[in-house]
Amino acid sequence: MTDIVTLLTDVQFMAIVILLAFGLFFTLVSTVGVLRLPDIFARAHTASQTDTLGAGLALAAVALALGWQNATAYTVLLLFFVFITNPTAAHAIARSAAESGVTPWEKDDDNTEGDDQ
Amino acid sequence: MSDPTMGAPVLLEMTVAGALILVSGLCVLCSYRVIRGPTVPDRVVALDTIATNVVAIAVLFALLTGRGLFVTVSLVLAIIGFIATVSVAKFVTEGEVIE
Repeated sequence: MTDIVTLLTDVQFMAIVILLAFGLFFTLVSTVGVLRLPDIFARAHTASQTDTLGAGLALAAVALALGWQNATAYTVLLLFFVFITNPTAAHAIARSAAESGVTPWEKDDDNTEGDDQ
Repeated sequence: MSDPTMGAPVLLEMTVAGALILVSGLCVLCSYRVIRGPTVPDRVVALDTIATNVVAIAVLFALLTGRGLFVTVSLVLAIIGFIATVSVAKFVTEGEVIE
């Protein structure tokens, strides 16, 4: 911990904690969405957007905490990679679900597909 | 907290440890959808969420243990998770991945 973390000022420390807290909040929202939303399209929606933002904010906090070194470059690269690939993967899986015949949930369906057996 | 070289890393260590515990618990909660999901794409979406959370866990673990190697581990995990999700999507649509 003390080797890799460079000298932190108070402002930097507060920024790290706030970014990490927002990242955890969005990860929590994404998990609740994956568990509670009614059909595959809504779940792919929350998995693409809130989960990308949650992981991206956590990665930004770690990049800020690491300071100037090689691992920081990898972390920023990983941040951009996650921002590009995660919505792409969710789009691909939602399109494959639509093409394989899954119908979207409508307001008249009173139970979700996952919990009615 | 007044001395940034001594106060901040201890508090930061506690914050990162709490974040690790919370994200690990959220991964366990996501596995409910992996087990219970009615269709294959439901399970894959939940697995993709778990993969993204594991990337965040690996990076936070790199910060906690002070080993920059785990950042590379999380980069590889992100690449493998993306390729797995896209190939399962193609498998669901066309019935084969490589023709």
